[in-house]
Amino acid sequence: MKSIDLEAQGLRELNITLQAQSEKIEDDSWEIINPKGSHALAVGLNAPIEVAINGSTGYYTAGMNQQATVHVKGSAGPGVAENMMSGKVLIDGDASQYAGATGQGGLLVIKGNASSRCGISMKGINIVVGGSIGHMAAFMGQSGNLVVCGDAGDALGDSCYEARFFVRGSVKSLGADCEKKEMRPEHLEILKELLDEAGMDAKPEEFTRYGSARNLYNFDVDNAGAY
Amino acid sequence: MKQHDKNGIPHTTPRQSATFTQDVNSDIRRAAATGIYDIRGGGAKRKVPHFDDLLFLGASISRYPLEGYREKCTTNVTLGTRFAENPIELDIPITIAGMSFGALSGQAKEALGRGASAAGTSTTTGDGGMTPEERGHSNKLVYQYLPSRYGMNPNDLRKADAIEVVVGQGAKPGGGGMLLGQKISDRVAHMRNLPKGIDQRSACRHPDWTGPDDLEIKILELREITNWKVPIYIKVAGARPYYDTTLAVKAGADVIVLDGMQGGTAATQDVFIEHVGQPTLAIIRSAVQALQDMGMHRKVQLIISGGIRSGADVAKAMALGADAVAIGTAALIALGDNDPKWESEYNDLGTTAGAYDDWHEGQDPAGITTQDPELMKRFDPVEGGRRLRNYLKVMTLEAQTIARACGKNSMHNLEPEDLVSLTVEAAAMAGVPLSGTDWIPGQLKY
Repeated sequence: MKSIDLEAQGLRELNITLQAQSEKIEDDSWEIINPKGSHALAVGLNAPIEVAINGSTGYYTAGMNQQATVHVKGSAGPGVAENMMSGKVLIDGDASQYAGATGQGGLLVIKGNASSRCGISMKGINIVVGGSIGHMAAFMGQSGNLVVCGDAGDALGDSCYEARFFVRGSVKSLGADCEKKEMRPEHLEILKELLDEAGMDAKPEEFTRYGSARNLYNFDVDNAGAY
Repeated sequence: MKQHDKNGIPHTTPRQSATFTQDVNSDIRRAAATGIYDIRGGGAKRKVPHFDDLLFLGASISRYPLEGYREKCTTNVTLGTRFAENPIELDIPITIAGMSFGALSGQAKEALGRGASAAGTSTTTGDGGMTPEERGHSNKLVYQYLPSRYGMNPNDLRKADAIEVVVGQGAKPGGGGMLLGQKISDRVAHMRNLPKGIDQRSACRHPDWTGPDDLEIKILELREITNWKVPIYIKVAGARPYYDTTLAVKAGADVIVLDGMQGGTAATQDVFIEHVGQPTLAIIRSAVQALQDMGMHRKVQLIISGGIRSGADVAKAMALGADAVAIGTAALIALGDNDPKWESEYNDLGTTAGAYDDWHEGQDPAGITTQDPELMKRFDPVEGGRRLRNYLKVMTLEAQTIARACGKNSMHNLEPEDLVSLTVEAAAMAGVPLSGTDWIPGQLKY
């Protein structure tokens, strides 16, 4: 394992070094020490490497990640794994708002809680949250899966498209055009795979599925009150 | 019409209301019939003070002109000199504004790329992501980073020559967008990762940042992903130009794109287009003042858009302090949009050439703002590109003609002192004297 001391080497050198692994993998295992809540750590990676960040991070950790596995051994600030394309991002602690925003692929695992707008505008990413999530989760979510082992806040899945939501606990309220759905065998299978991959100790049968009612897909003036 | 009543008393001349005009009444009837507001493309159509209200003074005893056919007047501009390792070098100070694939056909995007490249300037993507047609034909391509993030990915981000973070646009400050289902072809749906045929909303604000402090961190992330190589533009609507410019500079912008209310959109509510925002003429001097107050004028470049039509408009915007301009609607017209040769088909759509603005419905007879395969066949991207190149060349020659007449050997040397205004309103907005006076409304001289 190679180590990068953020305090000594700085953000620019850190990202240059990790991004360069897409050209030639110097080492497949990296450790970042002294992150001290810094922003834009390990962004734009595109190589099958493992990066462990020893501490909490600021905004946009692992933004636009491709292929890499980024493990935050602490909590993550806003926009962790935003627009992730592939790979895996694992947060040991909690995640702030916009976790996994607009993500297009890969797996984001948050062992603790996630704040508001988790999975906002998600476009294919899978997100598994061990704890609870805040309000407006998956607002305008397009595709992918959001799994919540705890509770969900207000307006879950507001104005969502084809993203799926699985919640084990309570949902404070559903957003516009989001409804409870039948949990069919194929959904249980998807859920089981995600829980297993995320290392969550939960049974798929304990979850409820939610998704789009598809009533707002095409503008209709009779639905104006829902917007 | 009878002139007298049955008793021979003359009727008064029928008088139309200045408040309830024929246009207004047709809007009311349409609303009453449908129950939904009017959606259309384009920018504000109402008459507002504009560049036509300004005049150049030209040379005189105190200012000598340059010979039009012999003496040089440079037009090149460098954008993104503040932080980017590779600023954009353009031959002309006229760029092509962001217009999405989805709103426009792939061939139209290709034509924009062809024409702009031939003229030595850049094009800009839009809400639908980066298409191979546009990247392949644009020597300089600005990649828009929008709230919807449709098609956004780091690979395309790194192919871009600049990144434009879109905060707002002049046609609809504070508004998002909507691409109606009829324009969502398989390809558009795939690029946006949404089902075919459904309305696709574009959010009005970004999903992962709010406010200038967050924006500064977002820009840091984008720079880290692109290795600080390309310029970062911030596009804002002409709402609060002084403060928006100040905050954009504070957030780390290399270039500010400021879009007035005449700037077009693919589709939004007519009431939004006509009643929100400020005229392009009114926003330039405030933005320039903000840059000057920070000591950043010419260090952070300013691009002005919204109703730019001719070389005169280009020269006037630059004289007021802009480094470059962007055109959208004018570029579409150059490609063939609203051409009278399609008049009978425009009539079938209930409109006329020049007034057609239902771009969102996808029935454009010119084959430009559509995804209909049959209509798209009408548009030749090579010919379209040639027309756009010609138009850009003419605009540049016109602007140079004016600049030389004012004694400038570079377009960038034009200055407010070269201008006067024809109206009090325009004088106040542009900060130049009313013609025949030394009066600038709102400015104390003594």
